[in-house]
Amino acid sequence: MANITQLEAFTTQVRRDIVRQVHKVNSGHPGGSLGCAEFLVALYQQVMRRKEGFNMDGHQEDIFFLSNGHISPVFYSVLARSGYFPVEELNTFRLLNSRLQGHPTTHEGLPGVRIASGSLGQGISVAIGAAAAKKLNKDAHLVYTLCGDGELQEGQNWEAIMYASGNKVDNLIVTIDVNGQQIDGSTDTVLPLGNIRAKFEAFGWEVVTIEKGNNMQAILEGMESAKSKTGQGKPICVLLQTVMGNGVDFMMHTHAWHGKAPNDEQLASALAQNPQTLSDY
Amino acid sequence: MKTYIDTGKKDTRSGFGAGLTQLGKTNEHVVALCADLTGSLKMDAFKENHPERFFQVGIAEANMMGMAAGLTIGGKIPFTGTFANFSTGRVYDQIRQSIAYSGKNVKICASHAGVTLGEDGATHQILEDLGLMKMLPGMTVINTCDYNQTKAATIALADHHGPVYLRFGRPKVANFTPENGSFTIGKAVELQEGTDVTIIATGHLVWEALQACKTLKEQGISAEVINIHTIKPLDGAAILKSVAKTRCVVTAEEHNYLGGLGESVSRILAENNPVPQEFVATQDTFGESGTPDQLMEKYGLNAAAIVRAATKVVARK
Repeated sequence: MANITQLEAFTTQVRRDIVRQVHKVNSGHPGGSLGCAEFLVALYQQVMRRKEGFNMDGHQEDIFFLSNGHISPVFYSVLARSGYFPVEELNTFRLLNSRLQGHPTTHEGLPGVRIASGSLGQGISVAIGAAAAKKLNKDAHLVYTLCGDGELQEGQNWEAIMYASGNKVDNLIVTIDVNGQQIDGSTDTVLPLGNIRAKFEAFGWEVVTIEKGNNMQAILEGMESAKSKTGQGKPICVLLQTVMGNGVDFMMHTHAWHGKAPNDEQLASALAQNPQTLSDY
Repeated sequence: MKTYIDTGKKDTRSGFGAGLTQLGKTNEHVVALCADLTGSLKMDAFKENHPERFFQVGIAEANMMGMAAGLTIGGKIPFTGTFANFSTGRVYDQIRQSIAYSGKNVKICASHAGVTLGEDGATHQILEDLGLMKMLPGMTVINTCDYNQTKAATIALADHHGPVYLRFGRPKVANFTPENGSFTIGKAVELQEGTDVTIIATGHLVWEALQACKTLKEQGISAEVINIHTIKPLDGAAILKSVAKTRCVVTAEEHNYLGGLGESVSRILAENNPVPQEFVATQDTFGESGTPDQLMEKYGLNAAAIVRAATKVVARK
């Protein structure tokens, strides 16, 4: 089991991977990726009970679905560094004939990915289906998914949110990346989400808030709390309050880096802020 | 000329229900999802027999498609049930990304397709669904013609790995294919041998084609009738074999001529053996309220329309 220092060092390397992937092809989504780096590292290195190797059905292990597929750089980095595929393959991000498509897909057979995502709002539904399959299979493991806060503007989420509580899908932990930003600006200016906690609670969910969503200790504590609430007849929502672009100072607190790559100078600055901890690919 | 007997009118959706009921007993991996149309889709028996494997999702088709995709992860074989309109156009992106592109083993079962849905009118009568679904890479598209064939197709789907769109309808129609017959996905069924024209029909139009064949014979035209239950992948070999003999084609479907069976047949012909073709299909229009028979007559989707098309295409040879 890794300690906090090791997980933080892992995260620093993941940040390097994110900006390097995006810089190389001058495309991709660094902002949301950086904001969720600590969370995905915690999930794959500590929180989830995973098996070695990859099996699509995920029998007898916890499984995860990325709903906001545009943060593929962080997903790919964490998957590779968790052993699903060679780290060197991060070099092929968004290139022709790559398994690392712009948005994650099962189509190219990349280990670790169980559903295509990118067109938003579909992950919770998929996770509910997988959670239902686990129950039918008498598999006591959990299903996790991550969505963006802006993504909650998609109506399908609310169909799924209503279904999950109404049908006591209590082996499901849905995390919302609450960074308050989306492409056209802040969520408050684009389409206000209102009180997300109250909305989930009104739909009958158990809600856990992680106020310091970029703090490893806070994430681990929050996810332990979320796990402890499973199996009690309610689906669990984790509101993960993050800073978009976290760990790269000029990318923080703005939506400007949602889908924009750093130039050479900016890359150098980002890497200087995040020294190698494992090893670059 | 072979004789086909209507053993008693039945709705194709009941064939789906019967097939699903049987699958419930024979295949523990089969699960069913329905969006508040259990009775209309004839899924009641499955629901009653296997409540733990039945998912009532409410009026929320997008969530249903996503859930179905998720259920495959864990080895389930999900069958979704709602009207054809809500099985396709309403949830196209969910099917595209979570099912088709993700390569999930979901069976999208769609009732009340076409104008024969009847009195509810155009909001519910989809005539574009075959085109929508056949455009999706990897999607198998099936449109069955009667109760027996729909039951057989439903059962066959469970042994086929990959996403499938199974289209059937609401009204009671002639039931004439063999009871407990076999169903091979992608394999055309020759119903009548003929020499002057090939009639390629799908769904409710297959029985109409058989009736047209009799009338044409009285007029001295020998028609070959092929039941194309699988529109994708299309049995091009069977079509080309027949056309080599007849040298003209009528396609017949309860669907817009744009994007339907007819255009798929046209492509096969254009690439291999261009011959005259006439299309019995709706002409880029929405439907409307009416009885199924009235609508099939008004929109030119019955035996009389097939006879007219056949006469015309034979003259074009």
